[in-house]
Amino acid sequence: MAKVEQKGTLAKSDLRDFFREMLLIRRFEEKVEERFRAGELPGFLHVAIGQEAVAVGVCRALEEGDIIASTHRAHGHTLAKGTTPNEVMAELYGKLEGCSHGYGGSMHLYDVERGNMGANAVVGGGLPGIVGAALAFKLRGEPRVAVAFFGDGATNIGTFHESLNLAQLWEVPALFVCENNHWAESTPGWQHMPIEDVSQRAVAYGMKAVKVDGQDVEAVFKATRRALDHARGGKGPVFLAVETYRLVGHYVGDPQVYRSKEELAETRETRDPLEHLRAKLELPDDEVEEIDREVQEIVEAAVEFAKNGTDPKPEDALKNVYA
Amino acid sequence: MPELSYREAVRDALSRAMREDDDVFVMGEDIAEMGGSMGVTQGMLDEFGPERVRNTPISEMALAGAAIGAAMQGMRPVAEIMYEDFLTLATEQIVNQAAKHRYMSGGQLTVPVTFRTQGGAGWSPGAQHAQQLEAWFVHIPGLKVVFASTPSDVRGLLWSSIYDDNPVVFFEHRTLYGLKEEVPDELEPIPLGRARVHRDGEDVTVIATGRLVHEALAAAKEAEQDGVSVEVVDPRTLQPLDEDALISSVKKTNRCVVAHEAVTRMGFGAEVAAVVQYGAFDWLDAPIERVGARFTPLPFAPVMEEWVVPHANDVLAAIRRTLRRDGD
Repeated sequence: MAKVEQKGTLAKSDLRDFFREMLLIRRFEEKVEERFRAGELPGFLHVAIGQEAVAVGVCRALEEGDIIASTHRAHGHTLAKGTTPNEVMAELYGKLEGCSHGYGGSMHLYDVERGNMGANAVVGGGLPGIVGAALAFKLRGEPRVAVAFFGDGATNIGTFHESLNLAQLWEVPALFVCENNHWAESTPGWQHMPIEDVSQRAVAYGMKAVKVDGQDVEAVFKATRRALDHARGGKGPVFLAVETYRLVGHYVGDPQVYRSKEELAETRETRDPLEHLRAKLELPDDEVEEIDREVQEIVEAAVEFAKNGTDPKPEDALKNVYA
Repeated sequence: MPELSYREAVRDALSRAMREDDDVFVMGEDIAEMGGSMGVTQGMLDEFGPERVRNTPISEMALAGAAIGAAMQGMRPVAEIMYEDFLTLATEQIVNQAAKHRYMSGGQLTVPVTFRTQGGAGWSPGAQHAQQLEAWFVHIPGLKVVFASTPSDVRGLLWSSIYDDNPVVFFEHRTLYGLKEEVPDELEPIPLGRARVHRDGEDVTVIATGRLVHEALAAAKEAEQDGVSVEVVDPRTLQPLDEDALISSVKKTNRCVVAHEAVTRMGFGAEVAAVVQYGAFDWLDAPIERVGARFTPLPFAPVMEEWVVPHANDVLAAIRRTLRRDGD
């Protein structure tokens, strides 16, 4: 993926590139939903439709050597961090060519070489590890930042609070990206959190907290850049409270009995990050169609790649238990 | 040869590793100025400074997880969990994270972290400060589990645990910290997965861990006066288990007692008994006897605590039960 050259500023070509990547994630997610419903994908699946701007805005702001830990909703983060659609798709099909070689699946996408330390299926499970990675960078004097993605639902679990406390106490170069999509699975924010502003939780630990519109990729990118400068500069961790929205169910097949069709329709109308960026860039229809064709071809090719991938042998299950 | 206590032997292994290797550091609650609740890390702050002898908040999930995260970046952290009972707070991180990152990533990662912890009854700590929870962790693929019973073993095994590329849960026993032994000047690493025969014998094998190794040795002395020759074997590493050593000992003696301080039911000894009966079935002259704590939380009152956990006389009684089968 092309490097965004000038720090903190974005040319129109950069944003067009972001649009392409967000659309690739959208089409990828739609395709895996389709293949899942067709019964081709084992396990279960959480797609990030509606949250593409967070993945792209954050990951594009990172430097070489920075690392991420992701969540059960990991496809977007993983693609944005540089893993190829082929490798992610092959993992979803349980193939050796997958980014976790068939050992992980949708909720455990890893790509260590590209700085993805793994998606975690335990809500909040990845946060302490990010504090430790950031501690390692600090102890070794490496100018790297460790980034944890997590949702608003994770901010109620002990690991979240212990991790923020420790990160701030030790002033490690970490970034906590709270993707507040307002739903902890089926439970709305007002039922799981007695405060409206999740960033207060970081403030309580003395941590620098920044609120950002997660449907505006440029805003996410710029806020992340500033946060990374802060962390990399030895000033301690930063909490990004990113307002976003999940435009689909918690998992593929979720009947979403917990929210009204009207609310969802209105949000899709007004809070779609792709529509937001398209309007901002004033992208003409033919250009959008061209980009769309291109990313759909990539996604189709990824499905072909994955279907033609290699099944592990059953006894491969015994490998990788111990080093 | 210098004489080291079990406590000093742990400290010696940590300090030597930290002198040689910047990637090794220790972290835990009260381990810096205070030197840890058991005094194991006393003096290390002066030598290595607060960055590498790192006090943590009372925050087991985060301290365990931070050690895991640093290990995934190639460091070799040693996290002290003050009491085994508090492992329960860190279990999500140890079981779901440390044990599984390598596997879930399809072999991309190693997690060379060591969790040192201690427990054990005998001083009335009550129900939340002395449990023996090794059986929880030997059940988890991806973890290695060590339980050392002597100063030389604890030193050599801790070194190997630090330098193992897998997560290791390293159990120490509270009542052994003062135990002294002459050890070589040079630290000799002890490979994980190798049992130690403490005492050769002909009539019964006692397979024991932790404090019960010493209880078994005392019981063996008693038995000797009755003309019974007891072999005492300490697996030392519970996972991976040196099955061959245990089976070959029992093939020689034809009788087996398994002894640990943890509750007998569903304990580590149950697995050992299964391994031995399968591997030495045709050699066994008596059912395998198990010695462990009664199935209760640890009581406070000394008379109750004394009665709940096993001692040398319980091991001796078990030895005698295996011999009584002769006349059947």
